[in-house]
Amino acid sequence: MTATRVAAAPARRRLALLALLAVVAAAGFCLIGLAGNWEYALIIRSRKLATMVVVGVAVACSSVLFQTVTGNRILTPGIMGFDQLFVLIQTLIVFLFGALALSSADPRLLFAGQVAVMVVFAGLLYRWLFGRDGRDLFVLVLAGVVCGTLFGSLSSLAARLINPNDFVVLQDSLFASFNQVDPALLGLSAVLVAAMAVWTVRLAYRLDVVALSREHAINLGVHHASVVNEALVVVAVLVSVSTALVGPLTFLGVLVANLARQLTGTFRHLTLLPAAAFVSVIVLVGGQLVLERVFGMNTALSVIINFAGGAYFIALLIRESRR
Amino acid sequence: MTRLRAWHLAAGTALLAVLAAWSLFVGVSDLSLAGLLDGRPDEVRVLVESRLPRLLAILLAGTAMSVAGLVMMHITGNRFVTPSTAGTTESATLGVLVATLLAGGEALIVKMSFAVACALVGTFFFLAVLRRLTFRDMILVPLAGIMFGSVVGAATTFVAYRADLLQSLGAWTSGDFSGVLRGRYELLWIAGAVTVLGYLYADRFTVAGLGRSFAVNLGVRYDRVVNTGLVLTAVITAVVVVTVGEVPFVGLIVPNLVTMVLGDHLRYALPATALAGALFVLLCDIVGRLVRFPYEIPVSTVLGVVGAAAFLALLLGGGRQVRAR
Repeated sequence: MTATRVAAAPARRRLALLALLAVVAAAGFCLIGLAGNWEYALIIRSRKLATMVVVGVAVACSSVLFQTVTGNRILTPGIMGFDQLFVLIQTLIVFLFGALALSSADPRLLFAGQVAVMVVFAGLLYRWLFGRDGRDLFVLVLAGVVCGTLFGSLSSLAARLINPNDFVVLQDSLFASFNQVDPALLGLSAVLVAAMAVWTVRLAYRLDVVALSREHAINLGVHHASVVNEALVVVAVLVSVSTALVGPLTFLGVLVANLARQLTGTFRHLTLLPAAAFVSVIVLVGGQLVLERVFGMNTALSVIINFAGGAYFIALLIRESRR
Repeated sequence: MTRLRAWHLAAGTALLAVLAAWSLFVGVSDLSLAGLLDGRPDEVRVLVESRLPRLLAILLAGTAMSVAGLVMMHITGNRFVTPSTAGTTESATLGVLVATLLAGGEALIVKMSFAVACALVGTFFFLAVLRRLTFRDMILVPLAGIMFGSVVGAATTFVAYRADLLQSLGAWTSGDFSGVLRGRYELLWIAGAVTVLGYLYADRFTVAGLGRSFAVNLGVRYDRVVNTGLVLTAVITAVVVVTVGEVPFVGLIVPNLVTMVLGDHLRYALPATALAGALFVLLCDIVGRLVRFPYEIPVSTVLGVVGAAAFLALLLGGGRQVRAR
């Protein structure tokens, strides 16, 4: 008992530090350079901040969950192309039913439908890739990356086949950035992410066991398959939410999930998940703050995340190969 | 292993000739055999100014890219390392952007030189990093290469964003033959010439593919052959990127399928690869022209779908045998 407490203490202290940093970044983002019509600016900024927090939490949780369930640290939903899959589903809906379906249907119902399709396909993809034992880790990762490319190409093919008017509607719904998010959609997303976060926390202890390996988990009396299924549903919902809000962020997940693991040095999901969420918020909000206030750029954050995340990913790959 | 027989090549060439002839008559402007025989000036003009250059561009690009892939996979000793999985293509695109920013002009030859230089630097850098690693996994190398490519791509996007060139960047990167007209594709003949050069080096590439010590033992100057091969692939990739844009997966899929059937001897595999590459790209381009007639889908989109699916099949289906090699 004392041993665990000793091991857990620094992790908890680091978690508190990360939380503090996240709050500082958020406060800095809202308050630095606030002048003139400050009430208006504050509303705009806090909406942007809320978007980044929702997306950050969604990406962080989905990445940590996916890593645990697949038992490897370099594969995340973003790398596997789950967000490209969501874009593909959305494009196909417009392709099959026309833009009218996208704009006239109840957005909540539509979103629920998309998420349902997403859950099914993510499950199938997972079974197909991870179903057989003994697949080499790097083959899986490469297959995941190529899946992402395939989904991307399929959506651009479908986008080419859609008539231009429908495409404009689609583009509006696909390429929102942090700067222009529909407040109604944001509220719905926040609720969904919160619900998923609660579900994840309820799963946390079983996830700790699943992280040991499938055999150990079963041996210890955890229903491995059902935990995996629940986790995949959560992942699918979270990926759908973040992609619907701001579009694909391929490398953010792998960056924050691994940074959180490195920084806290723990395998306990109750510490790991919030840590990843805080790191994610720090990266997004802090990055946006630096870009906007120091370099005067507005929309380049995802490019920079892809640059840094990609470099980090190569480093991870190389380190993994040396084991 | 199936031995390549003369009639295989002959049959392939005949098929290519039929498809090529057909492709001349696929398009929006009216073009008919009768009209050409009558010598109607407008139809002859469409043929000479647009259809024929387009066909030549397709054949040259398809041949050159697949041969580049074949050479690269030999000199790196890895089936999945090709221009699109080692950052070569993305580096060439960055080069085009840098050339546009620095030189500004429209001179194709300037863009091409920059693209070649950047493609070389990028590929050499990637391979140099890899050489430092003691453990070279068959799959890890292309995986790292794809990631390296996307990092270079992110850098390119960033530079383009800062310079307000994002839209033109999108136009360059997606490979498309619909803009090919007489006077705008001739640079591709350089790629064709370099491909022929590759054939002259075929035996040396084959030996280099057997590994450094073996190659040196047989009296081949390993480093020189490898560097020659890299320059060849960089020039081909850069020329194709400058003239038609990125043509994804051709250099990866075609050589892999061909060598699966014919084995690794380059002198046999290379002509077959060249032929298959031309066929593959031509077929994809015709599909792109027909799917949404009278509109066109860029060949890079069609290739992206077909190529990614084929790569997945190779990786998961044939992955085990390939790795056991």
